[in-house]
Amino acid sequence: MDWALAFEQALNGLQLGIMLFLMAAGLTLVFGIMNMINLAHGSLYMMGAYFAATFQGLTGSFLLAVLLALPAAALVGMAVEVVALRTLYSRDHLDQVLATFGLILFFNELVRIVWGPEALFMDLPAALAGSVELIPGAPYPAFRLAIIAVGLLVAGFLYVLIVHTRLGMLIRAGASNREMLGALGVNVALTFTVVFGLGAALAGLAGMMAGPILAVQPGMGESILILTFVVIVIGGIGSVRGALVAALLVGLVDTFGRAFLPVLLRLSVPPEVADGAGPALSEMMIYIFMAAVLIWRPHGLFPARG
Amino acid sequence: MLKRSLLAAAAAAMLAAPGGAAGETIKVGFIATMSGPAGVLGRDLLDGFKLGLEHSGGQLGGRKVELVTGDDQLKPDVGRQLAQKMLQKDKVHIITGVVFSNVMMAIAKPVTDAEVFLISANAGPSALAGKRCHPYFFNVAWQNDNTHEAMGQYVQEIGYDNVFIMAPNYPAGKDALAGFKRFYKGGIAGEIYTKLGQPDYAAELAQVRAAKPDAVFVFYPGGMAVNFVKQYAQAGLRNVAPLFGPSFLLDQTVLKAQGDAALGLYNTAFWSQSIDNPANARFVSSYVETYDRLPSPYAAQAYDAARLIDSAVAAVGGDVADHDAFRAALRAAKFKSVRGPFRFNQNHFPIQNFYLRQVEKDAQGRLVSAMQATVFTDHADAYQPECGMSW
Repeated sequence: MDWALAFEQALNGLQLGIMLFLMAAGLTLVFGIMNMINLAHGSLYMMGAYFAATFQGLTGSFLLAVLLALPAAALVGMAVEVVALRTLYSRDHLDQVLATFGLILFFNELVRIVWGPEALFMDLPAALAGSVELIPGAPYPAFRLAIIAVGLLVAGFLYVLIVHTRLGMLIRAGASNREMLGALGVNVALTFTVVFGLGAALAGLAGMMAGPILAVQPGMGESILILTFVVIVIGGIGSVRGALVAALLVGLVDTFGRAFLPVLLRLSVPPEVADGAGPALSEMMIYIFMAAVLIWRPHGLFPARG
Repeated sequence: MLKRSLLAAAAAAMLAAPGGAAGETIKVGFIATMSGPAGVLGRDLLDGFKLGLEHSGGQLGGRKVELVTGDDQLKPDVGRQLAQKMLQKDKVHIITGVVFSNVMMAIAKPVTDAEVFLISANAGPSALAGKRCHPYFFNVAWQNDNTHEAMGQYVQEIGYDNVFIMAPNYPAGKDALAGFKRFYKGGIAGEIYTKLGQPDYAAELAQVRAAKPDAVFVFYPGGMAVNFVKQYAQAGLRNVAPLFGPSFLLDQTVLKAQGDAALGLYNTAFWSQSIDNPANARFVSSYVETYDRLPSPYAAQAYDAARLIDSAVAAVGGDVADHDAFRAALRAAKFKSVRGPFRFNQNHFPIQNFYLRQVEKDAQGRLVSAMQATVFTDHADAYQPECGMSW
């Protein structure tokens, strides 16, 4: 095996995992505390990317765009919570799925009307446009390293927030027993809105970081949403720590599966079989991984509820 | 969505022709992917078709037109339902549009079985060019393999001998690489099929770098094209191996979002906005004036579809009920195509030229694909021999 290539793929897996963590952290909090399945989490990711692309177009600065887009994404999230989701907490999961699927359609159509059906352009920040030669002969894009750094910072921030602050205490309490939280006189409605806004800001941040790499276009949230659900199921619903571990694992499994499985297959079975099965099998890898984890630990790696 | 489009079309028809007798109107069904990430392709197709209608005097061959549009949402079953509704309820004379081959495969049989003319403005699956070619099916764009064949030929001519090739894992992706390899005869440094709609290519790009190819050929349409071209440049691979692709990788629906990452890249197509003929000059200038953006190849194809239908309806004096005469008029293709020389092969697919183009900035700073050379003259598809039709 080529170790330089394996190391580069590990970085790629790490970077994908970090993106998934930014998405999964918010989704798992909402799921754990409010017992709410929010399919529209991918739409908040998309809104983050659109806001950042728009603000970057206006200001010319990526950093400024992110600083402006973060509160905008949080505000959109809180507005969605207050207007649409609040009435759904007491309904069963099927109603929530139906309603939040409707929100996906709403947001996709909204961006199409406001920004048009074409993909938007979003440039790399000039300072991070180059690459860093971590491995000799294989320069790695600096922006992707920055994504990893931002993700780790957010993980540290969430750790401090959840373990060492009053809001974090409420979040943990809500994840393990929601009714008791209300009975103790905590303003549950406000807590939910704030947590949802936080989740929306994190999803938006993932979208902002994805903007310079990916096409900013209607429906861009759907492809990452499915992976995000896989992550929170593996990590254990409601657990941010679980989301981090599971996101990195899923990122690595997906990347290594895509990179090396077809090659390994070609060594072991006839090439025409390998060429047919390789891509299909590498697409399935994370689901096989999820099934394996769930057989071992049916409630995920770090279940928040007992 | 459909209902709204129908109402709009009906309202427009009523405005255009107050009190017009129903018998005089020719009904055209237009099916395309209008929503979702690929919705921009359907929009360009419809805008091109509408401009073609406008340049035909708002009529087709002197008959009033009613346009019934529908969004297939890139779902074959939805496309089929739309087609059936247009056949049974709207009683259309012609169905056109259709972006994706999987949707086309779902609607081709019901439409042609009903003896209604189906004129594809984009999708050109190999089956409909070969064994399943049909007297009621025409394609005014190209057969799916053609654009990739042209790039295979060009890459072969330059003399590259170790090319890495990639495409999404679906039928048109496999057709693309098969078409490329039909004319490129050198070595293959690697061949990867990625998941359809995959957003991030970092893992595959690392493999490309490790394989040390002379050149890279990929087929990625729509949002995938934006992602791939940007990430290829960001990974610093443009200095390692030049990137080649079909026009779908670098057309007007994606160039703006790709930005400078696309600058200088070569691509092949049947058309370019700078092809020098009066029909093209009129098309491009009116398109920019009407829609405030440069036309994509999709728009050019659909414009030609409208002009082709106009010429055929005119040739039969408006009597589209005479199917044999109308088919003969379509086959004759007596219209001025924006691409220049155009004629139909025996299987109702075009025989046409393919060109090499390069992305550059025009005088206004817009990214465009400028003509470089002619790769194929009078190029026909490879499936025609399997089609039993002759005329």
